[in-house]
Amino acid sequence: MASKPETEHPKQAFGWAARDTSGVLSPFKFSRRETGEKDVAFKVLFCGICHSDLHMAKNEWGSTTYPVVPGHEVAGEVTEVGSKVKNIKVGDRVGVGCMVGSCHSCQSCGEDLENYCSKMIQTYSSKNVDGTITYGGYSDTMVVDEHFIVRIPDALSLDAAAPLLCAGITVYSPMKHFGFDKPGLHIGVVGLGGLGHMAVKFAKAFGVKVTVVSTSPNKKKEAIERLGADSFVVSREQDQMKAVMGTFDGIIDTVSALHPLMPLLGLLKNNGKLVMVGAPEKPLEFPVFSLIVGRKTIGGSMIGGMKETQEMIDFAAKHGVKPDIEVVPVDYVNTAMERLVKADVKYRFVIDIGNTMKASS
Amino acid sequence: MAKTTPNHTQTVSGWAAHDSSGKITPYTFKRRENGGTDVTIKILYCGICHTDVHHAKDDWGITMYPVVPGHEITGVITKVGSDVEGFKDGDKVGVGCLAASCLDCEYCKTDQENYCEKLQFVYNGIFWDGSITYGGYSQMLVVDYRYVVHIPESLPMDAAAPLLCAGITVFSPLKDHGLVSTAGKRIGVVGLGGLGHMAVKFGKAFGHHVTVISTSPSKQAEAKERLGADDFIISTNPDQLQAAKRSLDFILDTVSADHALLPILELLKVNGTLFIVGAPDKPLQLPAFPLIFGKRSIKGGIIGGIKETQEMLDVCGKHNITCDIELIKADTINEAFQRLLKNDVRYRFVIDIANASPAT
Repeated sequence: MASKPETEHPKQAFGWAARDTSGVLSPFKFSRRETGEKDVAFKVLFCGICHSDLHMAKNEWGSTTYPVVPGHEVAGEVTEVGSKVKNIKVGDRVGVGCMVGSCHSCQSCGEDLENYCSKMIQTYSSKNVDGTITYGGYSDTMVVDEHFIVRIPDALSLDAAAPLLCAGITVYSPMKHFGFDKPGLHIGVVGLGGLGHMAVKFAKAFGVKVTVVSTSPNKKKEAIERLGADSFVVSREQDQMKAVMGTFDGIIDTVSALHPLMPLLGLLKNNGKLVMVGAPEKPLEFPVFSLIVGRKTIGGSMIGGMKETQEMIDFAAKHGVKPDIEVVPVDYVNTAMERLVKADVKYRFVIDIGNTMKASS
Repeated sequence: MAKTTPNHTQTVSGWAAHDSSGKITPYTFKRRENGGTDVTIKILYCGICHTDVHHAKDDWGITMYPVVPGHEITGVITKVGSDVEGFKDGDKVGVGCLAASCLDCEYCKTDQENYCEKLQFVYNGIFWDGSITYGGYSQMLVVDYRYVVHIPESLPMDAAAPLLCAGITVFSPLKDHGLVSTAGKRIGVVGLGGLGHMAVKFGKAFGHHVTVISTSPSKQAEAKERLGADDFIISTNPDQLQAAKRSLDFILDTVSADHALLPILELLKVNGTLFIVGAPDKPLQLPAFPLIFGKRSIKGGIIGGIKETQEMLDVCGKHNITCDIELIKADTINEAFQRLLKNDVRYRFVIDIANASPAT
């Protein structure tokens, strides 16, 4: 830790950081690297608040390097490009998601699956190739390798585009990979938060029938009327669960709290697939019989590769798929975190960085 | 439950367990007359599957005694019903786990009878006429022709018998993942018993690099020299597991004892699949992270459909794949059960029914 965040790079930067496990965020001066020949520098305008940000701010996964500047749902406008940047120019509307680097030589990178590269560099609290720690989107500027930049189509507003870069791709990628995008299929979405509400919207855009499975009966009206789900099942009501047994082709399980898998597997048809995108910290109980007797699959998936992320953003723009967001000023971020813990948001906070983050604040 | 049906007139000698001691004794019972869609089979051989022991002892609480086990059956057709297609007197045939299905649902219509909700097994099942089914530990079987497969001429009938359950149970997942038609993948096989040894043989026959993953270092020589496995990983050795991380495209898990999935999942490459065919009684612990951080999948499956079973047998005939068996006499089934519980068999017991004397 010889270098200091404020002076380790030549360009001054400003953001909000957590300094310890309290997770409380406060103004933070640091620095960004010069725009390299393959880099894109941009002014951050909006950044979504993902639940991971909260976990990382409090070091709940034990992997945080303090001070941590969270934020991996970043949207902004390009201010400078390096000499070898091919597809991005000054003034472009761009986004950055969960990663800013990978090895570019392994099998995963070769298959456009940089997200599974074992040397993948995360957007914040990760060690960069130069040994410095990465800082995320709760900040005024970013400098990122062009490879990890997504172009945001004009049809998408930047505030709404931001959460697509994590919440959006996290559900879009498995829906494509596991074949849940075929019109006429019946898909279950378990949990109706930031990820779940995006899964419902993408599913409807794919022409798929969607049933939301939730522990909260009070989300029914909203799921159906606001988000367009076809039906709603309360997971604690046995009769309701029984009525849809064996009717789902696939399930996107977004719940990261510990929860029983057996009742969910029972909702699948034979050959059905349950994909976990929420990651419970402790192992789940896994009844093997419930897979074997119907040739069922349990899969997992984590965000998506860069090519797929661009495809997702383009699809979202074309089909009008947008997250439901609550835009907040940066000095509201600690309150937003508290509300996030209580699941008190419909469905994603987005920080208005461009208008509210001032170096003097 | 079991109805006595008037057309069950044929007396058959067999072997049954009568209570949860699981002890097998000679047992004489009735089978139905050969119906229009039935064939009658003189049973020559029947493999002993671990499931037979579970049923004999009522380990799963579903046994209807007396139970005549046996679902790895080979024999010769002696009678053919008027509506039967594709079989004739004298044909060498096999019967596996299935005795009945609805023939009408989505799964039956797509050759996945094994996933039909009304599926009935060849023993301890309830047939269309309401009678309880009795399996292959007997000298004669009457079975609907839609659950019968041909045994290729080139295969010995005794070593072919276990293909009807152990064979199809591992063949179906391989086919499901395109590993029958495409060579050159790196596949893992967890557990080297009746199922595992067949998986190694199939894997090698189809041109894959096969790694056996086992708790028993003593099986290494055998896995490589006798069965042709390329690599062997001791699942309790952290160094070996670490060295093989992200190295396998597909893993077939045949272990039915409780075991840790985390170290096995980490052997898979990104997009890899762990296919489970052994079914532990209690739930396993499923860590979500290795699935999510590698887009990996866990899948389960049970045996295979009849069309697929025939395809497997034809492939076995072509590649000359059979089980490694120990042929036993019918009066030593109980000893075989005991040895099976101690994993003391390489790799499947097969009962020599043809040469057994009739039950008394």
